[in-house]
Amino acid sequence: MKKINKTAFLLLAISLIVGLTSCVQDKSQKGALAGSTAEKVFVAPGEYDDYYAFLSGGFSGQLAVHGLPSGRLFKVIPVFSVDGEKAYGFNEETKPMLETSYGSIPWDDSHHPDLSQTNGEIDGRWCFINANNTPRIARISLKTFETVEIIEIPNSAGNHSSSFVTENTEYVVAGTRFSIPVPQKDMSIDEYKGNFKGALSFIKVDPDDGIMSIEFQILMPGFNYDLSHPGRGKSHGWMFFSTYNTEEANSLLEVNASQNDKDFIAAINWKKAEEYIKAGKFKTVPTKYAHNVYDESTHSATSTMEKTVRILDPAALPGLVYFMPTPKSPHGCDVDPTGEYIVGSGKLAAALTVHSFSKMIKAIEEKNFDGEAYGIPILSFDATLAGTVQQPGLGPLHTEFDGKGNAYTTFFISSEIVKWKLGTWEVLDRKPTYYSVGHLMIPGGNSRKPFGKYVLAMNKITKDRYISTGPEVCQSAQLYDISGDKMELLLDFPTIGEPHYAAGCPTELIHPYTQKIYKLEDNKHPYVTKSEHEAKVVRDGNNVHIYMTMIRSHFAPDNIEGVQTGDRVYFHVTNLEQDYDVPHGISIIGAKTSELLIMPGQTETFVWEPKNIGVWPFYCTDFCSALHQEMQGYVRVSPKGSDVPLKWSLDGEDL
Amino acid sequence: MKKSKLIMMLGSLLLVSLFIFPLWNITLEAPQYPEPLGMDIWITKIADHNPNDVKNINLMNHYVGMREIPEHMKEFDIFPPVVMAMAILGLLIGWKAKPKFYLAWFVLMSVLGIAGMYDFYQWEYDYGHNLNPKAAIKFVDEVGKPMAYQPPLFGTKTILNFTAHSYPMVGGYLLFLGMFSSIVAYYISRKEDRDDALGGS
Repeated sequence: MKKINKTAFLLLAISLIVGLTSCVQDKSQKGALAGSTAEKVFVAPGEYDDYYAFLSGGFSGQLAVHGLPSGRLFKVIPVFSVDGEKAYGFNEETKPMLETSYGSIPWDDSHHPDLSQTNGEIDGRWCFINANNTPRIARISLKTFETVEIIEIPNSAGNHSSSFVTENTEYVVAGTRFSIPVPQKDMSIDEYKGNFKGALSFIKVDPDDGIMSIEFQILMPGFNYDLSHPGRGKSHGWMFFSTYNTEEANSLLEVNASQNDKDFIAAINWKKAEEYIKAGKFKTVPTKYAHNVYDESTHSATSTMEKTVRILDPAALPGLVYFMPTPKSPHGCDVDPTGEYIVGSGKLAAALTVHSFSKMIKAIEEKNFDGEAYGIPILSFDATLAGTVQQPGLGPLHTEFDGKGNAYTTFFISSEIVKWKLGTWEVLDRKPTYYSVGHLMIPGGNSRKPFGKYVLAMNKITKDRYISTGPEVCQSAQLYDISGDKMELLLDFPTIGEPHYAAGCPTELIHPYTQKIYKLEDNKHPYVTKSEHEAKVVRDGNNVHIYMTMIRSHFAPDNIEGVQTGDRVYFHVTNLEQDYDVPHGISIIGAKTSELLIMPGQTETFVWEPKNIGVWPFYCTDFCSALHQEMQGYVRVSPKGSDVPLKWSLDGEDL
Repeated sequence: MKKSKLIMMLGSLLLVSLFIFPLWNITLEAPQYPEPLGMDIWITKIADHNPNDVKNINLMNHYVGMREIPEHMKEFDIFPPVVMAMAILGLLIGWKAKPKFYLAWFVLMSVLGIAGMYDFYQWEYDYGHNLNPKAAIKFVDEVGKPMAYQPPLFGTKTILNFTAHSYPMVGGYLLFLGMFSSIVAYYISRKEDRDDALGGS
């Protein structure tokens, strides 16, 4: 009896211990569900996130604004694709934004946002982002969070190594992924090698108003220019581009562009380029590219077709470009906050290669060359090598820095982020990502002053991370706390399109300076109506212009007669509100375009071509007040040639 | 110059601040207005506290049929000359007249002030009661009478979803200080007279 008791006690003790340890294991597996972790990403109702994060929308062509650490999505800024919600590309005012030398294009693929900088620090003025398919660069105002400028990049194709900003926003740089015949011509694809060229474009940014202009293009050998980053601090004045396909293959690149043991990181001395431009050592060549600018006082965009671009030939201009051999098709090309280290992520290599800027300068001075490619000197590999991170993971892509001497590199194939130390090249920590991370972002990462509290991983594969939405699932980002020695996964959150790169900065750099309304008195739209008394309808042949106002909660006029079938009716609608967050919308039955969503003080225009006689209603599409449902009106459409006079009124009175 | 005269004259001069600072302020708070709406009442105008506040107050109020805040009122013509006259009168009294006139000036100021407040109350009453019969929103109170939206003369009051605050602003406080100065000047003058009398004996 006693023995049985003893055995029972032993069994109980064992089961308790086992139970306890399994409990502990369970808790550690839950990780992000632990209370303290949840608190780290919890932003209480009414409070603000600490950081803005601007995530590229990838194949959506847009830019998403999230807050960190909550991951909440605040706005999708339409950039390269039309957006019916905001009438971008649908209203008459923004249609010119999507003009290109190929005509109007409703879509693109946006990849790499970057924020403007002053003295190597983020200044919160503008965000730039590239269109990959039909090469363009856009500038977004961080006061209004609207796309205010788009410039097309000629001689480029697959605008991928873009849009990276130098440390005083002197330039936004855009490189071509595909090399192509420059100028374009009808030729055999088999003659690629030696004949195709890759253009690297330096787009000047006006320091006052941000207006962009292509200052020059450097016409490089026919490689693929994959990513780029600016030098900073001591390496300010240089720009670094990773290249692959130095084999110059034109078919089955997955094999044929993976043959060379080393490709290059191209180091461009853009200060030297400025000297050559000043000395007139450029060729002005004819081309065609659109330059679209949105004017915030007229609330309208204009598109201008530019005709020439200045080209620099690196083979003929010594000191302009050097190649640094870098193993196995480098993808990411990232510069640390001090400007000393240039990290090349050979995506097929087993090690990470880090070049030293000071060693590069020394090698150039000592002419420590290992031959040349198309007249461009190739620096000796050992002469520029600072170190290698050995066996860090599989498939390195991109690196960001925390400003404390640590680097964080994403590994696509082994699906992880690896933290390692600059200078000693030792691996300090690794954390899995779910799944297959592409870019990562530390706020301020591409600057002299990163804010090393969080790293955001943007993953290429989502699979089972969220409740299912069928075969097509959302894209996913993951937030890690990097303030301690070890990284800690805090949060998963879904994103729009496919996030490639992102840019981030502290909230206080942008939030206090954002615009709340457009001042009505400053509205210089050619069809503005500044008061209800000025509302009118004007016929000009088959065109009918309605000068309309909106204010809580009516349109003026709201009864319109005398419109005829076959007319082209322009609704020029001004929102007379001058209060924060009181937009109104408008659309009319059968309009073959989107609604307008008009901010206080703004004027927008949509076109309606009535085909049938009748009386057709229009209404406010944005719930604006308790009497929003009453905000509506009618347009009477009479047969063509009818003698019904043009008439407009509000509450039975002519305006 | 005697201290009492100086205080009386400076006190009268404080009235001029009404041309530089607003007299009164009415602020409306509501959940939808994290930055409250405010109108500053000057002797010459009713102005925005923050840009567009008056416009936005009018927009809110039109739903219940309140008229727009007038850009011009007869008071804006009357107040400035009256204030200027009282300031000059106070200066003259301080300079030339006997101290008992300080009190007279104070009494006259008080009468004018009360008249001004009464006038303000009447305007507020009319503003809050005289509603457009076609108003979209018509509320009634618990006894079935049409609801009124009169802002408080002084203090804080809840009007539907708004909390209305009505308090003096810098100009108002300086006006009170100026009036109070005349009483202080009077008492100091009495002390000065006593001191003179003692010194003289």
